[in-house]
Amino acid sequence: MAKVLMKGNEAIAEAAIRAGCEAYFGYPITPQSEVLEYMSARMPELGRAFVQAESELGAVNMVYGAACTGARVMTTTSSPGFSLMQEGLSYIACSEVPAVAVNVMRGGPGLGNIQPSQADYFQMTKGGGHGDYSPIVLAPSTVQEAVDLVILAFDLADKYRQPVYIIADGMLGQMMEPVELPELKPPQRPERPWALTGAKGRPRNIITSLQLDPPTLEKVNLRLQETYKRIRENEQRYEEYMTDDADLLVVAYGTAARIVKTAIVKARRDGLTAGLFRPITVNPYPYDALRRAAEKAKRLLVVELSAGQMLEDVRLAVMDKRPIHFFGKMGGVVPMPEDVVDAMKKAMAEA
Amino acid sequence: MSEAKEEKIVFQRPKALCDVVTHYCPGCLHGVVHRVIAEVIDDLGIQEITVGIAPVGCSVLAYNYIATDFAEAAHGRAPAMATGMKRVHPELVVFTYQGDGDLAAIGTNELIHAATRGENITTIFINNAIYGMTGGQMAPTTLPGQVTTSTPRGRDTKLAGFPVRVCELVSTLEGSAYIVRRSAYNPSEIRKLKAAIKTAFQVQMAGLGYSLVEVVSNCPTNWGMTPLESLKWLQENMLAYYPLGDYKVKDSVKELMAKK
Repeated sequence: MAKVLMKGNEAIAEAAIRAGCEAYFGYPITPQSEVLEYMSARMPELGRAFVQAESELGAVNMVYGAACTGARVMTTTSSPGFSLMQEGLSYIACSEVPAVAVNVMRGGPGLGNIQPSQADYFQMTKGGGHGDYSPIVLAPSTVQEAVDLVILAFDLADKYRQPVYIIADGMLGQMMEPVELPELKPPQRPERPWALTGAKGRPRNIITSLQLDPPTLEKVNLRLQETYKRIRENEQRYEEYMTDDADLLVVAYGTAARIVKTAIVKARRDGLTAGLFRPITVNPYPYDALRRAAEKAKRLLVVELSAGQMLEDVRLAVMDKRPIHFFGKMGGVVPMPEDVVDAMKKAMAEA
Repeated sequence: MSEAKEEKIVFQRPKALCDVVTHYCPGCLHGVVHRVIAEVIDDLGIQEITVGIAPVGCSVLAYNYIATDFAEAAHGRAPAMATGMKRVHPELVVFTYQGDGDLAAIGTNELIHAATRGENITTIFINNAIYGMTGGQMAPTTLPGQVTTSTPRGRDTKLAGFPVRVCELVSTLEGSAYIVRRSAYNPSEIRKLKAAIKTAFQVQMAGLGYSLVEVVSNCPTNWGMTPLESLKWLQENMLAYYPLGDYKVKDSVKELMAKK
């Protein structure tokens, strides 16, 4: 299929449609509103469900309801809205129903601003809501990768019956790039014996996250942990860029990783051999792969659009085997490649 | 010797009601309302296409008692969840079962917007003027002067405002089609309640819009009364603030009822 030029937010929407998303529920918030707008036109046109909800709480609970019937369903939002969705996402995880949620992150905390940020990393990768759950989190760094990962997100959600998040940001949502989309097919509904579709010719189904008996709730938790173990074993994804000869290993994801790639090319012109380790799944985090990559380098630099959140996962992976430096920008400030080059040089200069 | 006569069953448990002991307190009307819903499901023959949504509150375990597919919602979010289900499966009959705290406090937003969108879902709203499960705190429907564990001197409207009248509120919304208030304090009222719940489900099945049946109910335990005292208190106090009646019956619903 030929490439088309699309805005990140619209590409995310169309990718979901191509992945067989049967229902979309959302609420306007910058910088993701184009997903909602795009879906408002496309979903009814295809005879699929679309509701502009009364709030993100409403949206995520509509997602929960649709997911309980076995439908492929998605919501999208931006940081403050994602905070509101934590309630529903915790219920979705405990109830073991599949759903996809996209966070086009913006500057925070509070109302913050509408510029790109990566400051929701903790909230997205470590659970975010109450209880022991661990969502799959996919981190695209280009519009094409956003398309590919949205499609993967639906498959993983189905496979593991868990919420899957796309961790994007205002830069990715608003930029236009050429993308290739898969063919549009009618939504496929695989066999979902657990779904609430009316108890016709089968015993009735109940979906609940309430288990008043502690040993029973413990069993639910153990089953969830077993799922997360399988996810850790099978779903870690990452990219290495110019790491073979790198003295400095830069670790970054999403938009920050794009800037780092440009910075690495510039730095190499100045004789600083740097490479990039880019996690694509930020949960499960590719700890072992990063440890191996780090062992080839002398030093590490973590670059994020935050105060240093993924930094903690890098420390967990590398421990104290290599010095780890950090360069981050907050509040929606996006660094220039030159700023990153300076940080790289500083990291290598520090004893 | 008299001839053996064939016996006729005149009363039995509805198919849609599970044969289990409920956790409800003695004298609580939840069990009565559950049974009425189950009877309606049987009468309409919709057990296999109905999905219920239980709230957070005393009826959080409603899914153990009403024998259809069931989900358990987060506190107040049942109408949003029902929206998600119904939009994907319009052929299902989807109903929410909610108490006053769930529906008229934490879930007001979800209620109002499901109603104003005209979602083809049905809400059974149990109003007993108190938070039962958490131990008898003030509800949005607690009457002025009513003593609860969080209004120990009685609900002071200067501090805690006024009770919410849900039917009156929801009936103003264009998307609502059938909004009525009933009770269940005697057999006659229970029969009227059953007729209303049946109509509400039929409104949904005909795609006429949002339907809500409020049930003015009791809470002997947290009101600190015997079951009979509680039914008396309900009639003497609740009905004055929450008059029974039809608050909204759209013309399309009247036409539907005339046909049935």
